[in-house]
Amino acid sequence: MHKAQFQSPLYPYLLLLPQMAIVAVFFLWPSAEAVRSSFFLQDPFFGNETFVGIDNYTDAVTRSDYGRAAWFTFLFTVVVTFFSLGIALLLAVAADNVLRGQGPYKTLLMWVYAIAPPVAGLIGIMLFDQHIGPIVDFVALFGWDMRVGVDYWDTGIAMMIVATWKQIPVNFIFFLSGLQSIPKGVREAASIDNPSPSGRFWTIIFPLLAPTSFFLMIINITYAFFETFGIVDVMLKGEPGNNPVTLVYKVFLDGFRGNDLGGSSAQSVILMVFVLALTIIQFRLIERRVHYT
Amino acid sequence: MTTLEIKQAVKRYPNGALAVKGVDVTVEEGELVVFVGPSGCGKSTLLRMVAGLESVTEGEIVLDGRLVNEVEPANRNIAMVFQNYALYPHMTVYRNLAYGLKNRGTPKAEIDAKVREAAKLLQIGDFLERKPSQLSGGQRQRVAMGRAIVRDPAIFLFDEPLSNLDAKLRNQMRLEIKRLQRRLGTAAIYVTHDQVEAMTLADRIVVLNNGEIEQIGAPAEVYGAPASTFVASFIGAPPMNLLEAQTGDGAIVIGETRIAAPVHANGPITLGIRPERAHLANGSGGADGPPMQVDTVEELGAVRLIHGSVGGQHFTANQSADEPIPGDQVRLRLLPDDLHLFDHGTGRRL
Amino acid sequence: MSQDQIAVTGKPAVPVARPASATGAGFGAFVRRHQIVEHIVLLFGVLLMMGPIAVAFTTSTHDPVTIHSEGMQLGFGDNFLPTYEAVIFEQTGFTKQVTGWGMSLNSLILGLGFAIGKIIVSMLAAYAIVYFRFPLGTLCFWVIFSTLLLPLEVRILPSYEVVQGLGLLNSYTGLILPLIASATGTFFFRQFFKSVPNELLEAARIDGAGPFRFFWDILVPLSRTMIAAIFIIMFVVGWNQYLWPILMTTDESFYTVVRGIRQILQVWIGADIPDYNEALGLAIIAMIPPVLIVIIFQRMFIKGLVESEK
Repeated sequence: MHKAQFQSPLYPYLLLLPQMAIVAVFFLWPSAEAVRSSFFLQDPFFGNETFVGIDNYTDAVTRSDYGRAAWFTFLFTVVVTFFSLGIALLLAVAADNVLRGQGPYKTLLMWVYAIAPPVAGLIGIMLFDQHIGPIVDFVALFGWDMRVGVDYWDTGIAMMIVATWKQIPVNFIFFLSGLQSIPKGVREAASIDNPSPSGRFWTIIFPLLAPTSFFLMIINITYAFFETFGIVDVMLKGEPGNNPVTLVYKVFLDGFRGNDLGGSSAQSVILMVFVLALTIIQFRLIERRVHYT
Repeated sequence: MTTLEIKQAVKRYPNGALAVKGVDVTVEEGELVVFVGPSGCGKSTLLRMVAGLESVTEGEIVLDGRLVNEVEPANRNIAMVFQNYALYPHMTVYRNLAYGLKNRGTPKAEIDAKVREAAKLLQIGDFLERKPSQLSGGQRQRVAMGRAIVRDPAIFLFDEPLSNLDAKLRNQMRLEIKRLQRRLGTAAIYVTHDQVEAMTLADRIVVLNNGEIEQIGAPAEVYGAPASTFVASFIGAPPMNLLEAQTGDGAIVIGETRIAAPVHANGPITLGIRPERAHLANGSGGADGPPMQVDTVEELGAVRLIHGSVGGQHFTANQSADEPIPGDQVRLRLLPDDLHLFDHGTGRRL
Repeated sequence: MSQDQIAVTGKPAVPVARPASATGAGFGAFVRRHQIVEHIVLLFGVLLMMGPIAVAFTTSTHDPVTIHSEGMQLGFGDNFLPTYEAVIFEQTGFTKQVTGWGMSLNSLILGLGFAIGKIIVSMLAAYAIVYFRFPLGTLCFWVIFSTLLLPLEVRILPSYEVVQGLGLLNSYTGLILPLIASATGTFFFRQFFKSVPNELLEAARIDGAGPFRFFWDILVPLSRTMIAAIFIIMFVVGWNQYLWPILMTTDESFYTVVRGIRQILQVWIGADIPDYNEALGLAIIAMIPPVLIVIIFQRMFIKGLVESEK
């Protein structure tokens, strides 16, 4: 328990003023506006609006392209989360075990974190380019005529691969720090109790990593939903056409390209609810983690 | 002259919990008073009320004749040594000592003189430019005391200052604190849960339990005539033996043994006997005390502790290592002067 | 997981070892002792993470015709200087007003402004929340907390309208301030301040330090490494912003490098042979500052990342 110690009628409000002002103007106001406009139909040319109740929601959700985007987002999230966590865990366990060269490995494996998603997207689209992309040439050896930007699923798979690649470093850093925070005594006790290294990993190390893994899962889901915007946008070259889009990208498309303010806002609100649920789960987990320690 | 008066001090937390329930304590000039008691007894809260770190719900704190209930800690003319020292980790030892003086607007030359004087007194002169993280536990302890000394306060407040040190260093620092306090002649309150520290350091001991004072007195008084069964079992190691007994007809009855004693009460009492006052009768040497069933013998070097039971109740006796180890059963020899009688219900001394 | 694989490679070694036990067991032991499997896994990981960047860089040193006819290049080409000269100094964009250098400066302003602004604003707020008791404290806490619930991506349109309404489009203020609204920094410092022992505040109060002195003399110096760590992370996050600059900046003189990536996609449209080398060159330019910072301050960066997400 931390006891608040100072009592002053003015100080705390002065200290909070900058943060609260920014939050009010650039967060509370736009968020409220998003909720409000999701119940109205805007006329893009004359600026007048009509209250339409939940029509924007029903329209948005029942449109076939929404369902398609939602399905793609789901698959995208599952694939990106699973593979980036899996590969990162494998690398982290290996890095945790080696005695020599741990430092260089760590550096080489984590610095991609600093690369912006759209930059990763740009490199990705080159690697998957029809003319110059080595990956396309490579899979062609197996008879796969990969046509990124033309074929719906080829584009989707390329996006998943780039998004997974970009997310491996964060997961790696967290897994490695999770592994290294397991007390040496626990490992030593386990090596006395269980002769098999793989048995030890699955019965002792992996359960002890569980809090980190749950936490990372939430982080990864959030990432796949929101932070991949840059990857998606660049890999589609800003022209979605018949290619897959994520739900967040669709909010952007409908709002800024389609000028469908109400529909875009309704989609925003749906995503807000989703993030809210995710955050509640996250805090539950954090609470649990606090109880562990 | 009286340095500090605590009058009917009460601490009630916002949730209604009573930590201190109307306590009166005075500290005379140059006196070292120890607050001792188990954790949660209110001793630290009381100290923090004196420091001004906890508000006073009711009652008065009077320091050097001035009511300080509403005075900021910095303006109370106190100095405090914390359990974990609370040294500023990013400042050198010198700056740690100087910080409070600087905030008071003391001239630089005077700060320097005071810091160097305190450092000399505490033998930390060589470390003045080091950071706390570069010091050993004992050195940090000295720095914390130095920070208190440079303030030249009316009273020192020590909040379990030795509990983070290992046993050997603790004994050494205990002695140093006592010498230093004598030398400076400054009044001090020392909070601890360790009865050995309390006995060795104190001019007077205040035994606290449950937010109330059980007893105030010089160490010898508290030890020799504990005011309650709580004090009896808290002060002294191993603790005083407490036996359920009956009184009547000028005698105390434990199990089937009667001990003649000048008691006026009739009915059940609690009988207290210090282990070192429970003499074991050698051979058949005329003992008329109750029989003791011996269970375990602990050798401590100069003495040994004999654990067992008397009348089915746990009992410990001390024995000099020169004497022969007793058999399974011995008789105790008890002198009437060594018996402490407590009320069976309230636990107060009779 | 890789321990698992050691076990697998170790087991067959036993039957093989029977005829010539010394060599067979020796090989298994050798693999285990030198963690060969781990090193293979890690080298594969390094290849996976570094390969694309390496290819992007080497390809950028070739001329577009070579790239177009022969694909991406693994070897170092002879077009390094022309490519990077063009990317950094040549005027690009529709208005021909912006260079790679100019965009980098904008990115720097965004990265620094975002990181410094966020640290100041969130330290002050966290200080108020942790060290003061005041009537609206809990309410303020929950309002700030709520910003964690809704990332900018779900409220882009109304945010854009608000900033437009305030006349802040195409300005550094409009670029930076809305990004500071999220409370991640506040939470980070709140967490850290709560871990500072309470006795330090008590000692400081006895030493006569008021709210301002305590903050400036004790708390800020104590937070130094934390400030550095959060600065590194926030600089990278700020530099890498994409969506918000896309919406906010229509004036090319406010373009950041990462924003410029989107512009360079135009090379594909209407060009027979796109300037692949320049596109990749810009990508390399865009990644250098944040990557350098993360590598140089690796320890601090990891500390900040792991602790801020707790």
